Amino acid sequence: MDTTLAGTNAKLDDLESLEIDLLMQAIYRHYGFDFRDYAYPSLKRRIWKRVTEEHLKTVSALQDKILRDRGCMERLLLDVSINVTSMFRDPTFYAAFRAKVVPLLRTYPFIRIWHAGCSTGEEVYSMAILLTEEGLYDRCRIYATDMNETVLVKAKEGIFKLSGMQENTANYLQAGGKLSFSEYYTAKYDYALFRPALREHVVFAQHNLATDSSFNTFNVIVCRNVLIYFNVTLQERVQKLFLESLESLGLLCLGKKESLRFQSVESCYSTLDDKEKLYRRTSREPACLPSGV
Amino acid sequence: MAPTTIARGKNRQYEMLVIGTSLGGLNALQTILSGIPATFSLPIVVVQHRHKTSDHVLASALQRTSALPIRDADDKEKVVPGRVFLAPADYHLMVAAGRFVLSVDEPVHFSRPSIDVLFESAADEYDDRVIGLLLTGANRDGASGLRKIKENGGVALVQDPETAEAPAMPRAGIEETNVDRILPLSKIAPFIVRRYGRK
Repeated sequence: MDTTLAGTNAKLDDLESLEIDLLMQAIYRHYGFDFRDYAYPSLKRRIWKRVTEEHLKTVSALQDKILRDRGCMERLLLDVSINVTSMFRDPTFYAAFRAKVVPLLRTYPFIRIWHAGCSTGEEVYSMAILLTEEGLYDRCRIYATDMNETVLVKAKEGIFKLSGMQENTANYLQAGGKLSFSEYYTAKYDYALFRPALREHVVFAQHNLATDSSFNTFNVIVCRNVLIYFNVTLQERVQKLFLESLESLGLLCLGKKESLRFQSVESCYSTLDDKEKLYRRTSREPACLPSGV
Repeated sequence: MAPTTIARGKNRQYEMLVIGTSLGGLNALQTILSGIPATFSLPIVVVQHRHKTSDHVLASALQRTSALPIRDADDKEKVVPGRVFLAPADYHLMVAAGRFVLSVDEPVHFSRPSIDVLFESAADEYDDRVIGLLLTGANRDGASGLRKIKENGGVALVQDPETAEAPAMPRAGIEETNVDRILPLSKIAPFIVRRYGRK
């Protein structure tokens, strides 16, 4: 232990990581949300955004406020759970899903899809549109989950900013969209209201990947750009959760820069599309399960 | 301002070279990376502002003239010396615990990937053991990240704006930080190899 009091910048960084650590402990013990195994650098940026927006100066001050002010906790929760996304984000993923996953799904009488970490729902509606166009939607049930109830309320409404529709339309077309994108929504003032039929087979529910367990088995699990916010330990936990929750020959869809390469579950999957990160569960033989599952 | 960390002199072990650039960056990066031999001992991590659908084009374009293996970084991929890792299009790139960390958080300076995001995180992770290099570009992204590297005791290098296709970015770096060296484009690779190339 260094006994001098002269702080260096390096030591200020140490202090900051101590404060962030304590904040995570405090939030977990008081509110039950577990961010302790979130990836540190992105979490840190989000925490500082909250510190600044609350007009505070330190992470410790934020801890003080969060423990006493539930509203402040909810705002941090929004910072951590809102993903900046658009409909048909990464159009090539949806094109690959159409080309490689849809033909497999056609052989199923009933299809259960888990969209984990759905945030405000843009990508859920995208998937519902795709499945509708492929004539599969009536056979599907999509379980769209997020840890944050506030974003789920937004997702349920299916109301998105009209200003984003130009980009969404471009994405939709690149993703192999078959109609005119505007057929799926009604413009009202500055907003686009999506057709309620698109959420007819969607169940929105609260589920926390960091703390909750498997709640069903699925033919498809979609979890894109969520795992990047977790550290390796938590990623490992979630991958085991996904493995337990996938049917034999079920499909796992990850974000473009996420991969199974560094995961112990890797051997339980075959690669359907390396670039778009589409994986298929090889079997449910116990031999393929890593220890601890 | 608190005093900077105690200088470790010339024996300091650097752990990463981070490079940030925007407009004109492809050319500048080609010049620099083609001048660094395959035996270079540090990981080189690059943010080049790029279109969000640009995919692997950048890596292949740079690979043609470089002896170092170049690729877009994957999430949680281990940082390995002697390689060049690029921030993928439409993601911020950071480092922690010896691995790359990606995010799709809001753009910073209208940019994702953002240079500040990478530089700040490298300064956090490696303290004074990081070298920051800011190249040609038409905005101010990277200036505050370079300052953070310098404040933590690391090294701040900037391309001479006179030799930059777009001088705004290196100028902003020089304005915000008392940089260690301002180098013409052609001298950057030789300088880096001489000073930081060997263990």
